[in-house]
Amino acid sequence: MAISLKLNGQTHKVDAEPGTPLLWVIRDELKLTGTKFGCGVASCGACTVHLDGEPVRSCQTFIEDVEDAEITTIEGLKSTPAQAVQQAWTELDVVQCGYCQSGQIMSAVGLLSENAKPTLEEIDDYMDGNACRCATYQRIRSAIVRASEIMEA
Amino acid sequence: MSVSTSRRGFLKGAAASAAAVLVIGVAPSGVMAAANGADTTMLNPFVKIAADGTVTAIVKHFEKGQGPATGLTTLIAEELGVSMDAIEYEFAPSNPKLYNNTAFGPIQGTGGSTAMFNSFKQYRQAGAAAREVLLQAASLAWDVPVAELKLEDGVISGGGNKAPIGEFVAAASKLTAPENPRLKDPSEFKLIGNASVRRKDTPPKINGTAKYAMDIQFDNQMVVTIKRATRKGATVISFDDSAAKPVKGFIRAATLPNKAGVAVYAENTWASLQAREALEVTWDNSAAESRSSEDVYKELMAAVNTEPEYNLTKNDQAEIAGAIEKADKVVEETFYFPLLAHAPMEPLTCTIEATDDGGVILHDGCQMPTSPHAALAQILQVPMDKVQVNTMFAGGSFGRRATPTVDYQVEAALAFVMTDRRRPVKLVWSREDDITGGYYRPAFAHKVRVGLDADGNIAGWDHRVAGQSISKGTPFEAFSVHDGVDHLSVEGVTPTSYSIPGMFAGLTDIKPATTVLWWRSVGHTHTAYVMEAMMDAVATAAGRDPVEFRLAHLAGDTPDQKRLTGVLKLAAEKGNWGKGAEGRSQGVAVHKSFGSYVAEVVEISGDAENGVKIEKVTCAVDCGIPVNPDVIKAQMEGGIGYGLGHAMRDEITLENGEVVQQNFPDYEPLRIGDIGEIETHIVLSTEAPTGVGEPGTPPSAPALANAIAAKGPRVTELPMTKAGVTFA
Ligand code: FES
Ligand code: FES
Repeated sequence: MAISLKLNGQTHKVDAEPGTPLLWVIRDELKLTGTKFGCGVASCGACTVHLDGEPVRSCQTFIEDVEDAEITTIEGLKSTPAQAVQQAWTELDVVQCGYCQSGQIMSAVGLLSENAKPTLEEIDDYMDGNACRCATYQRIRSAIVRASEIMEA
Repeated sequence: MSVSTSRRGFLKGAAASAAAVLVIGVAPSGVMAAANGADTTMLNPFVKIAADGTVTAIVKHFEKGQGPATGLTTLIAEELGVSMDAIEYEFAPSNPKLYNNTAFGPIQGTGGSTAMFNSFKQYRQAGAAAREVLLQAASLAWDVPVAELKLEDGVISGGGNKAPIGEFVAAASKLTAPENPRLKDPSEFKLIGNASVRRKDTPPKINGTAKYAMDIQFDNQMVVTIKRATRKGATVISFDDSAAKPVKGFIRAATLPNKAGVAVYAENTWASLQAREALEVTWDNSAAESRSSEDVYKELMAAVNTEPEYNLTKNDQAEIAGAIEKADKVVEETFYFPLLAHAPMEPLTCTIEATDDGGVILHDGCQMPTSPHAALAQILQVPMDKVQVNTMFAGGSFGRRATPTVDYQVEAALAFVMTDRRRPVKLVWSREDDITGGYYRPAFAHKVRVGLDADGNIAGWDHRVAGQSISKGTPFEAFSVHDGVDHLSVEGVTPTSYSIPGMFAGLTDIKPATTVLWWRSVGHTHTAYVMEAMMDAVATAAGRDPVEFRLAHLAGDTPDQKRLTGVLKLAAEKGNWGKGAEGRSQGVAVHKSFGSYVAEVVEISGDAENGVKIEKVTCAVDCGIPVNPDVIKAQMEGGIGYGLGHAMRDEITLENGEVVQQNFPDYEPLRIGDIGEIETHIVLSTEAPTGVGEPGTPPSAPALANAIAAKGPRVTELPMTKAGVTFA
């Protein structure tokens, strides 16, 4: 079926069967590979994108359900919280292998967009669904705190 | 693994003069390259400098997050005299003659935490040779003696002149690089040891532009997933793809030539996954593994309770057993370690593409280019020099991307060989494939009996190990199996760094129940746990402080004991050993692995019954000269998290030969809330640098177990949750 998607401010026409995860349309059809495949079952967060600004797991979001939404991927991030997060991630060198980091950043931006000054507990709660096999968690936590400071300044 | 310095060879400098690129490498032959008109393909360039002054480090180790893209680049930048911002990096092509790991022999590859150890001198020499040849060119151009020139921040100055290095590239490329350039004295280092040096790979990894093998998207590629047997050793009899045919994008299915599975070709990943789901395969299970984890458990327990197959200490077990029998107190524990999957965040994948000249390119987050290079040449019947390996970022590995059988690249080659080669073939593993696909940390058991005399001194230590060998039957056997003993099964027990009087150790191999593999820190994953849990149990039985007891057994003056003492004291001091916060318990462990020394103090709140919370881990590491302190800290944080997460709750189990766990929901990764804070302290050392990717892992689980034992049970079987420990 033909579907039109609003992604990173552009409209794309894609041909995909109902039930196709948004993840595979983004990666294999639109060839935007910053959004990662980690588990396919909404358990790792590597595929996190924003639907109308809210983080969702694109591996369990189906193409027929997103036609009216604004989709943002890591490539399309430009909000103030996004800039603060990327700056903090750079200052603290959060990444190791980096494969989970698009998803971590999408979630962190989601958190800071709704709560500009989260407590450590709120950070742990919100980021719980984003796994990092390299265990960069301590830096993720510190970088979110740092991004919050940058936003405040 | 030790390497004599003479093996490392001498400098070779040469030039691609036409292109005016200065190329500097190090040759194992010890022969100087002819400067002009030299065949640069015969060189192993570690640094290239273009006429516009762009400096590129050629990184021979793959980047899975452990930092060589930053580390090896730092070495060149330091000796050459450019800032970290002015130097780029590329991953080296596959060529074991040029880019071999000097710790592995004629193999290009990454592993065993050897990247910095085997590159430290090579890359510095390359940077220093480039610097000297550039200075020489400037000296000739300006008629100013070299001694009056300096090269700083990419600019050469002296005698009233000043110009960026790019201006001398053409001239320098016609000169011969010095054989023995002067390396900086550590006191002159500006970048090595500088904590403010940032990772080179951060920018692309935070904006989605970093390319991993999973990100290969050729317009005409086919995506292949493979339906594999759920039991190791089963083979395909036939398949029925009638239910797969309606899947849009499905191309075809074909049994792999080795009958290990059915390849499902499709236009895209989702179609391949869907079609695979719909495929019906009939398996021949006659040669398939049918044991369950309980069977393997019983086999291991039986093995540690009988005469060991190999006497590792070559001494008289009966005599030591007798001494333990007569001792004042006996401490005995039996340990069990389950199978573990590596589960790197990026599932396994690689792409094979044909080239116009009849060759192929493998696009891969490639850990050991030499092995798939040869495997592809053989399977695809392509000459060795027509196989190229494009090494991409790897989304983690922890050992998984380096199988002696080259498992996933061979699968891709077999899938490719069944096509007309006009379309690239991208092999994709799902997370389920990864969790169920074998190549696990082997299951191991240890049984240890320690006798203590009336004064609380060790009177005898009887230690038996049983498990499945990683190396036997693989090309790596020659490296690690000696007199039948796979060193990777016992490293950390024999040898141990502790002075233990009257120690016997024995090993029994058990036969394969599945395929096994090195898993971040290899044998040390279980040996450190056992040694450190036992040191704790024995200290407690002797009524002595666990830190003091360890120090007493590290009191000799071997370098190992001194350096272990150093990190243990540092971790104890920084971790407030013995002075934990109210209501908290502490545990300690110290271990040497891969040439590095790490001690950790874990502080927990709660207890095993009501919920343990890991509040803080204090780590001290001595890895020689710390090249990139912040990368070292990151590797300690990662290694600790990796060790703790698995020890807490992960295992792979078999039921009638089939793997039970499927994906992250039942192989639960460490999550952000699981660990409070990790604080790492680095010992200032002048020794040669050693690895950091693995050594943070071994002490972490036993330190946690020792903290739990301070107020509760001593966990001797992993994972801890299965042994009844709850986590808050
Ligand atoms: S790939 Fe979507 S949550 Fe893991
Ligand atoms: S950085 Fe490797 S999985 Fe997170």
